[in-house]
Amino acid sequence: MAPVLTQTYSTPTRVNRLRAPHAGLERLGWAVASLATLGLLWHVSAELAQSRYFPTPAAVFEVLRHEALNGALFTHVGATLLRVVMAFTIAMFIGGAIGMLLGRFKTADRFFDTWLILVLNLPALVTITLSYVWLGMNGTAAVVAVAINQIPNVAVTMREGARSLSRDLAEMAQVYKFGSWRTFRHVILPQLAPFFAAAARAGLALVWKIVLVVEALGGSGRGVGYQIYIAFGSFDVTTILAYALAFIVIVQIIELTILQPIQAKVNKWRR
Amino acid sequence: MAALMREKGDWRGASVNTAGDDKIRVNVERKIFPALADRDAQLVLSNVSFEVAPREFVVLTGPSGCGKSTLLNIIAGLDKDFEGSIDLGAARDQMTFIFQSPRLLPWRTVYENIALALPEGDPRVARIPDMLERVGLTEAANAYPERISLGMQRRASLARGFIVEPQILLMDEPFVSLDDPTAQSLRQLLLELIGRQPTTVIFVTHDRAEAIQLGTRILRLSPGKASVIDDVPVQLTPEQRRDRTAILAEQMRVFGTG
Repeated sequence: MAPVLTQTYSTPTRVNRLRAPHAGLERLGWAVASLATLGLLWHVSAELAQSRYFPTPAAVFEVLRHEALNGALFTHVGATLLRVVMAFTIAMFIGGAIGMLLGRFKTADRFFDTWLILVLNLPALVTITLSYVWLGMNGTAAVVAVAINQIPNVAVTMREGARSLSRDLAEMAQVYKFGSWRTFRHVILPQLAPFFAAAARAGLALVWKIVLVVEALGGSGRGVGYQIYIAFGSFDVTTILAYALAFIVIVQIIELTILQPIQAKVNKWRR
Repeated sequence: MAALMREKGDWRGASVNTAGDDKIRVNVERKIFPALADRDAQLVLSNVSFEVAPREFVVLTGPSGCGKSTLLNIIAGLDKDFEGSIDLGAARDQMTFIFQSPRLLPWRTVYENIALALPEGDPRVARIPDMLERVGLTEAANAYPERISLGMQRRASLARGFIVEPQILLMDEPFVSLDDPTAQSLRQLLLELIGRQPTTVIFVTHDRAEAIQLGTRILRLSPGKASVIDDVPVQLTPEQRRDRTAILAEQMRVFGTG
């Protein structure tokens, strides 16, 4: 008797379906409601406090509008953004390269691990002051200071990625004669992508915060950090909050328009 | 970047002969797993020696852990740390390995996974749709491997193996952990693919019925430091290979009742 041969269509091909359209709308609704509540709370407590050190949202938005109209807002936010982009790019490249080398070569990892821990635990303020002392009070020192703070974090994440490369897939690539370039592009890079994305997001969150401290300490004349430092001199809380707000908005825009779409794209194969 | 992927195994005692004829000559004198922190060095294979003629379907069988997969990795050139020699003969560049797990790239679609097995710009990409149809994956061509069943992933792995038109096909328990009907249909598919593209096969399994159903010759490896203990031809016609009773009778003849 011939055995019954059944076709294996037990699981139908799932189409790469997009999220239901109303899910995004719902999320937006929640965000708006939550923000409105926060704004209201802020407004009420500021009205109750009646202090020049606790301005109302309206006062903050007025300063924001004023700074935007005279162009100062864009000059300073632009200067800070440029520093962030430069420091971030440098840190991703150098940190990524270090991490991948340490992840692949055990001897190097054993030797340099201590160095990495040392740099990882160096307080940001120390790297910043030392950069200014050694490189001078200039823009290069500011960017270097920020990059150095981020490099060890990127290196540690990318080292994890390089360590976890699949041997099974490497053997498959060898048997099917992928060659170096196709192995890198189709086998290694996709395995590293999630680690790279994680390093980028964590790194960016760190860079955003440190760059302001660097600017405040460096007295560079331009940048959101410097503006906040000046405002601090006259206890001008309204200006501090206005710049902080502008900054948060920019960071969110970058997160939503650049980082999240990239993340979604590299993860689209996951079930 | 190739250095990142390269294995650290050395060539201790191993050599690649190039006799030039079509025969595969396997001669593994010794294969030792080196001592690790928690276990002593272990002799896995000793004096495993056999030849495979073109178009033979040799099944390596033996209990779990007897070194079958290790032997196959050595034959494939993935494990070079052994004493002895492997000669794949004239067809050594047309060898393909179908692994126990499908080993598809999860971030590439079924189609892309098959296409990547071919060199860049190879005209055989035109045959992929036909191949997909033959293995029943036409509708899953653009699906990512993790979104289809294990049975379908194994079909994709077969399609990838056959699209390169191998002269030598190494298979390491490619149908384990499937339900019986699925495994059965994949075995029939394999025989069908081999019928269209004849090739030499070395197939590892611990499933005796599977060994009989597929193989033209059975090599039994002993447990422990494996060596070949039995070498028996399988005498079944293609029709009998679809017949459970005939398979069972032949299984009794080859393996005994034990």
